Amino acid sequence: MSREQKLSEIIADHSGREGPLIPILHDVQEEFGCVDEEAEQAIAAALNLTRAEVHGVVSFYHDFKPKADPRPVVQICRAESCKSRGVEALIADAEQAAGARVKLHTVYCLGLCSSGPNARVGDRLHARLDSAALVKLIENA
Amino acid sequence: MTIIRISDDALARACGADELAAAFARKGHEIQRVSSWGMHWLEPLVEIDGKGFGPATLADIDAILDGSSGLAIGTIADHPFIASQQRLTFARAGKTRPLNLEDYEATGGWAGLRRARLIGSDAIIEELLASGLRGRGGAGFPAGIKWKTVAGATADQKYIVCNADEGDSATFADRMVMEGDPFQLIEGMAIAGEAVGASKGYVYIRSEYPDAIAKMQAAARISAQIVAPFVVEIRVGAGAYVCGEETSLLNSLEGKRGEVRAKPPLPALKGLFGKPTVVNNVLTLTAVPHILTGGGAAAYAELGMGRSKGTMPIQLAGNIRHGGLYETAFGITLGELVNDIGGGTASGRPVKAVQVGGPLGAYLHPDQFDIPFDYEAYAAVDALIGHAGLTVFDDTADLRAMARFAMEFCAAESCGKCTPCRIGSTRGVELIDRIATGGRVLAGVETAPQMHNMPKQGRSQDDEIQLLEDLCDTMKFGSLCALGGFTPYPVMSALKHWPDDFRK
Repeated sequence: MSREQKLSEIIADHSGREGPLIPILHDVQEEFGCVDEEAEQAIAAALNLTRAEVHGVVSFYHDFKPKADPRPVVQICRAESCKSRGVEALIADAEQAAGARVKLHTVYCLGLCSSGPNARVGDRLHARLDSAALVKLIENA
Repeated sequence: MTIIRISDDALARACGADELAAAFARKGHEIQRVSSWGMHWLEPLVEIDGKGFGPATLADIDAILDGSSGLAIGTIADHPFIASQQRLTFARAGKTRPLNLEDYEATGGWAGLRRARLIGSDAIIEELLASGLRGRGGAGFPAGIKWKTVAGATADQKYIVCNADEGDSATFADRMVMEGDPFQLIEGMAIAGEAVGASKGYVYIRSEYPDAIAKMQAAARISAQIVAPFVVEIRVGAGAYVCGEETSLLNSLEGKRGEVRAKPPLPALKGLFGKPTVVNNVLTLTAVPHILTGGGAAAYAELGMGRSKGTMPIQLAGNIRHGGLYETAFGITLGELVNDIGGGTASGRPVKAVQVGGPLGAYLHPDQFDIPFDYEAYAAVDALIGHAGLTVFDDTADLRAMARFAMEFCAAESCGKCTPCRIGSTRGVELIDRIATGGRVLAGVETAPQMHNMPKQGRSQDDEIQLLEDLCDTMKFGSLCALGGFTPYPVMSALKHWPDDFRK
């Protein structure tokens, strides 16, 4: 299936919904790893919006990326609860372990606040991390 | 063969519950994945015949099975952490399988909805008003009044929107409801639909909660016949904290940028797609089925203190020995929560500060530990109950750094609609940085005569602190929503109680 076909298939999947834009963007991001200009144009045409309107939405939300990044992502929570449990002291080791191969991404809260520091890789969550555990997580990402 | 019960809550899983369950299964035992009791320091908690063992690892399996394990905590329901609670919203926590309809029915599920359908709109709202239930998402607005407004509006379509965008650090009660007792939330939404005449409900869940999203999607599918003609749809957010603000959330659901809307008009009159909409937090809606079962409203109103009625699921988080979910009536003091129930800090060091109400809540000093948990008592000391999350910090915490982080967080997550929040937060970060370096020293270029809009003289540390106070005042009263309006709470409370952290 061509990229174009896949795009219109995703858009068609949500045609019966009220306010379909965010669900469409999620599926496009999931399928292509990004929401690029071409996707914005196709979505705008299908939903009778301007590309500027679609771009405004895409650029507002942290989850949508303009360009695909093939690197694995490790999300590290650096919000208050994880800070109080010492996440900041792990960051230098994490950055060193990640190097250029793994993308580290800061999130504010994964909802495991009683057992931090916490991280997320894909849909897997990891709690009670120390430096060694976090480094291992990053190396295996 | 023994029946082994292990939670499949995201926190238990993040602590290794899946691997543990698989290992027990390989030994031929029957595994039941249940909701979490909320004793997070014991997760993964293994339950055999009502007795608990935790936190368990793969190495503990044999000792748990032969009864010799040192991890034994006795009968879970009798554990002081559980036995001392007043659980209404979390009455099923630890006891039922989250997606099992039989378990739900057997523990009183759908009784509230059945009764709601029998007594009708006016009577439902009367009961809700009588219960004194206030919105549990942070603002504390009486839920019954909101519902009454929506019920009284005339429109061809109305909506129930569940705000499940639980973005505050130290809050996880919404997540635990969605992962552990999802039908209770759906039942609460269906009752709300019955009360106000709405046929459609949306649950807006943040994308950082993959387990909650999966559970709610499954629960909506499984219960579709039961709640019909009411329809529940699950929507996933896209990583914007500000979408926890109700009007931003509505814009996001409509497929727009998650910018705040000015009020009025109230969402109750012009909400989702311009239609009358109930927007309630997960915990608010989840409290409803209990209130709607016979006699629930009066019993609910008897709990609590002052105008803070019923129970509150309090989340003990951060640097705390016994972290987890503790549901109790309003009125308990902060000191009891942190020291007696929470057991002090996990690090064993003295408590320095407790932030109550998430990233926009004030930092409270141990001198304030006798304040009762009550909306008005907190407001009186410039603090918030918010969503009732407590983050405990030990004496190694730097409150200036935390104040800076509050401003930084606001700058990163501001929707950009209003100036005090968008610009003020960035200036706040700069100001706190200058306070850290002792004030503003003018460099040569800044004093050049042609730079007429630059300050003509330097500012001392005290001047900069005064400026920070002025900035907080502007943000507090000039911002459109709670993000900009409440960021001054952590900043000002840090400055007030730990001035030495700023002036060092």
